[in-house]
Amino acid sequence: MLYAPAPLRVWFPHWFSVKLSLFAFAMCLLPAWTPVSAQEPPYFVTYSSVLEEPGNLEIENQNIIAAPRNANSFFAPTLELEYGVTAWWTAEAYLQGQSTKNDSTVLTGYRFESRFRPLPREYWINPVIYVEYENVNGADKSFLEVTGHSTITTLQVANTELRKEIERSIEGKLILSSNVKGWNISENMIAEKAVNESEPWEFGYAVAASRPLALSGRGKSCVFCPQNVSAGAELFGGLGTRYSFGLKQTAQYAGPTIALNAAHGVTLKFSPEFGLNNNAAGVLWRFGMSYEIQQFRDYFRRSK
Amino acid sequence: MNRKTVLFAVLVATSITCLGADGSWLKRVPQADRKRVNAYAGNPDAVAAGANLFRENCAKCHGEEAEGKGKRPSLKSERIKHATDGEIAWLLKNGNSFKGMPIWGGLPEQERWQIVAYIRSINTTESAVHP
Repeated sequence: MLYAPAPLRVWFPHWFSVKLSLFAFAMCLLPAWTPVSAQEPPYFVTYSSVLEEPGNLEIENQNIIAAPRNANSFFAPTLELEYGVTAWWTAEAYLQGQSTKNDSTVLTGYRFESRFRPLPREYWINPVIYVEYENVNGADKSFLEVTGHSTITTLQVANTELRKEIERSIEGKLILSSNVKGWNISENMIAEKAVNESEPWEFGYAVAASRPLALSGRGKSCVFCPQNVSAGAELFGGLGTRYSFGLKQTAQYAGPTIALNAAHGVTLKFSPEFGLNNNAAGVLWRFGMSYEIQQFRDYFRRSK
Repeated sequence: MNRKTVLFAVLVATSITCLGADGSWLKRVPQADRKRVNAYAGNPDAVAAGANLFRENCAKCHGEEAEGKGKRPSLKSERIKHATDGEIAWLLKNGNSFKGMPIWGGLPEQERWQIVAYIRSINTTESAVHP
């Protein structure tokens, strides 16, 4: 039997390879692909100014696998439903859960958010306003963003204890995004306030940049053409609270990210995100798949 | 919120939606953009690539043959036929948000020009129809 070197075993729990194999197998079952060039960048945490096209419904499953130091390995999937209400307004719902080794599998909460693009055309920098309501418990390991003083110690607590702590909060983000010579550069500033407990405003950030491997399309159909692949990098983390603003006692992550924009609205994403300080959870292995139902609202119209 | 406020809001939203229904976006195109030339114009490879890009990004709203779908306009029209390449490229980049046309500034510029080449190719004198 072959064994991976010790550090690799820490990063890849044995059940990781099983899930990855199943995931890869599922990908192979996808229907025949033709080229597509979606404009959505390959980010997991950072939002860009790209909104869902009006009438489209995107179903996304994004997952994290991690084996933090001195804590049990976990698998945290998030289901996202994203709908383009208009060309300037996208609404999204999230359902999230996690499964921790030697512990339990729990549902950790839900979120609703809306993104508004206030300016009617493309500028050198494009603002988007993000508003979210979330109802999540302390067992949340989705890492959809990092705010306040997020530390690794939370990951060492049992799910039964963490589930008792329920936080309902509102969150705002200022999303700034630019498209320059094929590159997308996006910055998010995050502010979050719990509404069911007296916690101060918490802050966080995320920045990312990416580019398709080729900037022009081809006349011939292909799956792994460079224009269907986008690559980039993300950096995100907490910025403390209103009373203790800064990078101390927060978790910071950075890593490369890659996406394949396959056909029929299918996108596959992958990113290893590396913890940059002692408060971070080692490496977060992220992978996701999304499927876009084009003109979903037409199914509810009498005349198509 | 009382009924009058709701009615007023609906009226304003409807008015905004109606603005530009007749191609008024053309008036917003800056002169410099209007004059831009498509480097891919007449290039058969670019037209084929543009057709692929159109199928994946535009056909869901405008129809497989750009014939229009419901309230979403046909792209085989006198208006498009008479628009310059620069004007079409400007619309693709900036969209027409209040009319439902998304902003496609996230697509690489070369791909947008390939789509323009394709749209131009289907708006020949023979194929263009009145809106």
